[in-house]
Amino acid sequence: MKHIEWVIEVSGLTKTFGDFTAVDAISFKVQKGEIFGFLGANGAGKTTAMKMLIGISVPTSGAARVAGYDVFTESEKVKKHIGYMSQRFALYDDLTVKENIAFFGGIYGLGKDRIQKKSKQLIEELGMESEANSLVRSLPLGWKQKLAFSVALLHDPKVVFLDEPTGGVDPITRRQFWEMIYKAAHLGTTVFVTTHYMDEAEYCDRVSMMVNGAIEALDAPHRLKEKFGVESMNEVFLKLARA
Amino acid sequence: MKAFLGFVKKEFYHIFRDRRSLIILFGMPIVQILLFGFAITNEINQVKIAILDRSKDATTQEIIHRISNSPYFTVTQLIEKESDITAVFKKGMVKAVIQFEPHFDEKLLREHRASVQIVTDATDPNTANTISNYITAILKDYQRDLNQNVTNFSTITPQIRLAYNPEIKSVFMFVPGVMTVILMLVSAMMTSISLTREKEMGTMEVLLVSPLKPYQVIVGKVIPYILLSLINATVIILLSIFVFGMPVKGSFMLLGAESLLFIITALSLGILISTVAKTQQTAMMISLMGLMLPVIILSGFIFPISSMPVILQVLSNLLPAKWFIIIIKGIMLKGVGIGSLWKESLILLGMTLFFIFLSVRNYQTRLES
Amino acid sequence: MKTVFYIVRKEFKQIFRNRGMLPIIFVMPMIQLLVLSNAATYEIKNITLGVVDHDRTSTSRALVNHFAASSYFKLQPHFEATNAAQTAMQEGNVSVVLEIPRNFERAIGKEQQAALGVTIDAIDGAAAGVEQVYITQIIQRFDRDLQRNTPWKLSTLKPVETIETIPLFWYNETLNYKTFMVPGILVLLVTMIGLFLSGMNIVREKELGTLEQINVTPIKKSQFIVGKLFPFWILGLVVLSIGLIIARWVFQVPILGSLLTLYLFTTIYLLVVLGIGLLISNFTETQQQAMFIAWFFAVVFILMSGLFTPIESMPQWAQYLTYLNPVKYFVEVMRMVLLKGASMVDILPQLGKTFAYAVVVNGLATWSYRKTQ
Repeated sequence: MKHIEWVIEVSGLTKTFGDFTAVDAISFKVQKGEIFGFLGANGAGKTTAMKMLIGISVPTSGAARVAGYDVFTESEKVKKHIGYMSQRFALYDDLTVKENIAFFGGIYGLGKDRIQKKSKQLIEELGMESEANSLVRSLPLGWKQKLAFSVALLHDPKVVFLDEPTGGVDPITRRQFWEMIYKAAHLGTTVFVTTHYMDEAEYCDRVSMMVNGAIEALDAPHRLKEKFGVESMNEVFLKLARA
Repeated sequence: MKAFLGFVKKEFYHIFRDRRSLIILFGMPIVQILLFGFAITNEINQVKIAILDRSKDATTQEIIHRISNSPYFTVTQLIEKESDITAVFKKGMVKAVIQFEPHFDEKLLREHRASVQIVTDATDPNTANTISNYITAILKDYQRDLNQNVTNFSTITPQIRLAYNPEIKSVFMFVPGVMTVILMLVSAMMTSISLTREKEMGTMEVLLVSPLKPYQVIVGKVIPYILLSLINATVIILLSIFVFGMPVKGSFMLLGAESLLFIITALSLGILISTVAKTQQTAMMISLMGLMLPVIILSGFIFPISSMPVILQVLSNLLPAKWFIIIIKGIMLKGVGIGSLWKESLILLGMTLFFIFLSVRNYQTRLES
Repeated sequence: MKTVFYIVRKEFKQIFRNRGMLPIIFVMPMIQLLVLSNAATYEIKNITLGVVDHDRTSTSRALVNHFAASSYFKLQPHFEATNAAQTAMQEGNVSVVLEIPRNFERAIGKEQQAALGVTIDAIDGAAAGVEQVYITQIIQRFDRDLQRNTPWKLSTLKPVETIETIPLFWYNETLNYKTFMVPGILVLLVTMIGLFLSGMNIVREKELGTLEQINVTPIKKSQFIVGKLFPFWILGLVVLSIGLIIARWVFQVPILGSLLTLYLFTTIYLLVVLGIGLLISNFTETQQQAMFIAWFFAVVFILMSGLFTPIESMPQWAQYLTYLNPVKYFVEVMRMVLLKGASMVDILPQLGKTFAYAVVVNGLATWSYRKTQ
């Protein structure tokens, strides 16, 4: 059997705020190059769980390794090897496309030549040649999101975390966005994505369903549909969320 | 109307739920008024001075004794030569040096005249002047005692009455100013920031497409702040009465009404700023950088307006703070009524309307473009 | 080091791109320096004087003329009755009222004794004190003139022992307020720019969500903070330099000491101010909160800096509090270096305290900055 490389290993990860348990001892593994869908209703604890994995929230208990590093003790090392795109658009509005790329490239220590090369390549791929020097503020939302995703991939991370990346964008852009995700996964980047769109869940290799801080189901989409005897992920979601 | 009330209620929740901001909004003015009420004063008190006594006789000893016995001065250093004066001033250890000429006693006996030099560090000219005057007064006192057996010179005895502030308390001068600075900045800053914040966050658009009329949105956002500022004003007035012994000779009602008027003036200035500023950052910098020093320096809070160059006296008329300071001093210390203050009140009212007019105009051009 | 450079470059771009902000940072402070320096004077002049003359004799008129001739007083039209004068004072139209009693002239002639009513609006206690001195001086002069005309009095006297006082005002012989205020106001402006900009900066990124994006990068806390503060540090020095040029060429403020000393102090001082701003930023969630706290400290620092009212006049406990006021040290150093020509050795105490302050504040700020929650 081929050796499986686990990029994310989580066991018993928990986060409490006072009496409230936001994430309740979740465990799962994600392998290299996988597209892992992280689903759940609003307030189910998805974002909290993700924040622990990307090292900006300290877990209360449990264990997790991301990209080979412990999120408790080596969170700064974790950060070197992951990319993150938040729910809220978080590039600088008052910088141009190029400047944003150069800035984040610089922060990740990419070096001048590499930034320039990457920047050119990325702008070409996005077809933003004519917008390269305009302020990000002036771009339509869909473009902003695609740009944010590309910037998250700038330093060739092992895993990229996407928090509801396609919220509020049109179906065509959504489609293009998923094409980008596939391409990244194909090149070996693990994609960890949360979403509300159940049709998007179908695109994932495997999905997990979070309900009240715990993972209630985890499998490939077609297996989940079989298991619950339904036609679509939407129905899986409704069954689990209502239970 | 119902929608409007609901909106105001929501705004109240917003503000009152944010504990940290509430503590800041109510706590800071109290701390400031207490701190400044005690600390901001230009009464001379225990000023450090040095003595250069080149005579060292009974008379100079007596004079030094008098000076160091007064509550105004402490003699902290005795220096020996003139070149030491530069040294002590450069280090900023003393504010003044008193120098007695050699053979002071002898000269006074033989020539009936001896001189004392009062050297002051005039890098702070006001303090230097005051210190110089106080020391001169002590010396004159001493001189009068020396000449007790000589007939009194003066024919005219002025009977000086210090009106409104017989004990010459600095607090009477500064508390109205502090109150004005606090109300002005807090009110203008709060409104401008809270309105620009909605713009920046994009929530303003949501409000504007709601059935609420634009002015209702603005008024709704401002009402809680009016209440907040009124509470602040009340607390400040109570503190100035019970802690600092300020009288309220005029009517409380009028004081309240004028405070409300001033608060509304400041708030409407805040609204105006928010129509000009695109980001919270800009709004804050305008209301802080733009208002702070002018209100402190140009309003008559610390510096007498009548001594300013004419052009600045004219300029000071543009500051709402100037008029409010006149009003509070009038009501609290002089006990005058609206009969004497109608002009100042009308000016504040006029300014308020002007600010609102400008805001509405800026607002409309924005919507049309 | 390179990482820091990227942040610095980004900050500068953002500052210079914000059209609304640039004039506020560079133009507004300079206008204020130019305008407000002229306003900040404690000199008492143009004192409005009201007169109620019940005597209406040549002597009473002579007395009033003595006042009118002085450059300090501005004589208003005479009042007919005492209460008219009172009302005028209440309305703020006169600040001193001179009431000359009936039979003033006769009393001087017959009894060589006469009373004179003087009412001073004493709400501004300091001004009232100065006015009192002026009034007494003018009356004494009038008195002397009177006695010169009545020689019979002087002859009976034995010589008076006089202590002559010679006031010398060092560093500012003419008591020019601008020499004092211009450097002081400049200090305040530099302080406010530094404090407000740094106080808002990080909390703004928190609010916009970009800080989270920074926090998932492997950047070190110290790199981020240095990169954030450096641009404001430069801005502070630029504002100081423009201000010094204005002080020197427009207000003719002497610069006796070495500019090197002044700049050395300022570089450290700015670190304190920026560090305080950063600390505020760390402990707040919104720009609104940050600004209130920054405003609070700014007002406290300004009013307790010894610039407007002397620190020696404060009660002891408040004087101790001013040890924590960085502005106090900067105001002192400005005066010492510019006006007294103090050297590095002279300002060593201030320099030392400010340096310690900078270390503590920035240490705290770096420590309290959390990349994780």
